[in-house]
Amino acid sequence: MDKAKQIKQNYKEMVERASPSSNMGVNCMWAFFVGGTICVIGQVITDVLKTYGYGKDDAAMITTVILIFIGALLTGLNLYDNIGKYAGAGSIVPITGFSNSVVAPAMEYKKEGYILGMGARMFTVAGPVIVYGVISSVAVGIIYYFFK
Amino acid sequence: MCNNLNKHLGKQTIRFDNPPVIIATSSIVGPREGEGPLATYFDTIIEDELYGENTWEKAESKLIEKALDKVIEKANKTIDDVKYIVSGDLLNQLSASTFGIRNFKIPFLGVYGACSTMAESLSIAAIIVEGGFADYVIACTSSHFCCAEKQFRSPLELGGQRPLTSTWTVTGSGAIFLAESGEGPKITYVTTGKIVDFNIKDAMNMGAVMAPAAADTIINHFIDTERDENYYDLIITGDLGKVGKDLVLEILKQYNYDISSKYMDCGIEIYEPDKQDTHSGGSGCGCGAVTLAGYIFSEIGKGKWKKVLFVATGAMLSQVSLQQGESIPGIAHAVAIEN
Repeated sequence: MDKAKQIKQNYKEMVERASPSSNMGVNCMWAFFVGGTICVIGQVITDVLKTYGYGKDDAAMITTVILIFIGALLTGLNLYDNIGKYAGAGSIVPITGFSNSVVAPAMEYKKEGYILGMGARMFTVAGPVIVYGVISSVAVGIIYYFFK
Repeated sequence: MCNNLNKHLGKQTIRFDNPPVIIATSSIVGPREGEGPLATYFDTIIEDELYGENTWEKAESKLIEKALDKVIEKANKTIDDVKYIVSGDLLNQLSASTFGIRNFKIPFLGVYGACSTMAESLSIAAIIVEGGFADYVIACTSSHFCCAEKQFRSPLELGGQRPLTSTWTVTGSGAIFLAESGEGPKITYVTTGKIVDFNIKDAMNMGAVMAPAAADTIINHFIDTERDENYYDLIITGDLGKVGKDLVLEILKQYNYDISSKYMDCGIEIYEPDKQDTHSGGSGCGCGAVTLAGYIFSEIGKGKWKKVLFVATGAMLSQVSLQQGESIPGIAHAVAIEN
C-alpha cells in the first residue's frame, strides 16, 4: 500500500514526463503571422476608408464592424476553427476571435431554440470577457479620474 | 460468513462457472473512424456526423438503434428474444441510450461509467445471464464526437488549439449479444473497478486521469484470479491514448508486472494520430465499444487471440465539480473474454 501512496505522490511528475508539450516555437510563428495578417487586413480596410473621406474614428469603427462580420462569416462557413487550430492566440485575440467566440456557441445551441438555446447561451464564451472588460474599464476610468 | 459466495473472488472479481457466450457483436462508426486503420472491421460507416438527423444527439441515438438492430440480426434472433438491454453513453440522463432504444420495448438498465461503460454494461449483462435471470441480454454503448464536445468542452466552431495530451471522442456505437449458450467466445471473469483519484484536474489529459484506475483494476484482477500477464494473449485498455499507455505501463512495472508485449489500447488502435489529427488517441464509450465489437471480436474469431482482458477506462468528468476545483476521478472495469 505504501507503493500506491508513493506513486500517487510522484504522479504529477510522471504525467509531466509522459505528456508531450506543444511546439511553442512553431505555435508562436503561426500566431504571429496569422494575428499579423488579420491586423494588416484591418489596416488596409482603415486606409481604404480614409481615402473615401472617413475620419480616423469613423474609419476605425467601420473597420471593427467589417472585421467582426468577416469573423462571423468564416465561423458560419466552418473555417474559423480551422484557422484557430494553427494560429491559436493569433486568431483568438483579434476582434475576429471575439466574433468567433459569440457566433460559435450561437450556432451550437440554435437547436435548443432561439430564446433558451441561442439567446441564452450565445455569450457562454464571450460573457466573461465582456463582464471583466467592463469592470476593468470602470476601474481604469476611476484611476484616470483621480490621477490624470 | 459468506460461504455461498463462491463466485466472488478476492476484492473485486466475479468468476462465472457457466460463462455467458458472446454470440454476436455489431459496430457502427462515424466518418473519421471509417477512415482509420480499423475501418474494415466495422459493420457500418456513416457518411456524416448528423446521420440524416437534424441534431447530433438524435444522430447518436440513431447509432444505438442501428447497432442494436444489427446485433439482433447477426445473432439470428428477434427483438422479442432479448430480455434486457444494458446500455449507457456520455450524455446527460443517458439520453442517447433512452431515445435510441425507445421503440424496442425491452426492459432497460441504464449505466454510466463514462468511457468505461462498455465493460460495465457487459459485466452487468454477463451477471444477469450467468445468474440464470435471462437467456439473451444485449450490452451496448455509444459516444459522438460533436455531442461530447458540446457537453464537456467548447462549441465545435470555436477556434482554438487542442493540447497534444487531448483525445478525440469516437463517434460510434457497439453492441454485444450475450447468450447463456451458443457459439462464440465466453466471458469468464469480470473485475469491477473502484474509483481511483490521483488528483489530476486537467480535463485535456484524460489518459493521465484514467491510467491509475486501469493499473489498479489490472493488478486486482491478477491478484483475485491468481493469474498474471503471461496468462493473456492480449490486454487492451479502452481509451488511455498514448499518454495513458506510457503511464499505465510505468505504474504496472512498479508492481512488477510487465504487460508491454501484449498490451494495446483501443484509443491508439482506432486512429492514425499523425494523419487524422487526433493527438493522444481516441476516447469515449464508443471507442472501446466499437474496437471490442469490431476488431477484437473479429480477431478472436479468426484465432489471433484466445484469451483477452478488456479493460475499459473512464474519467468521471463533471463540468460542475471540475469548475468547483475538484479533481477528476477515474475508474476501469475489466472483462476476461476467452475462446
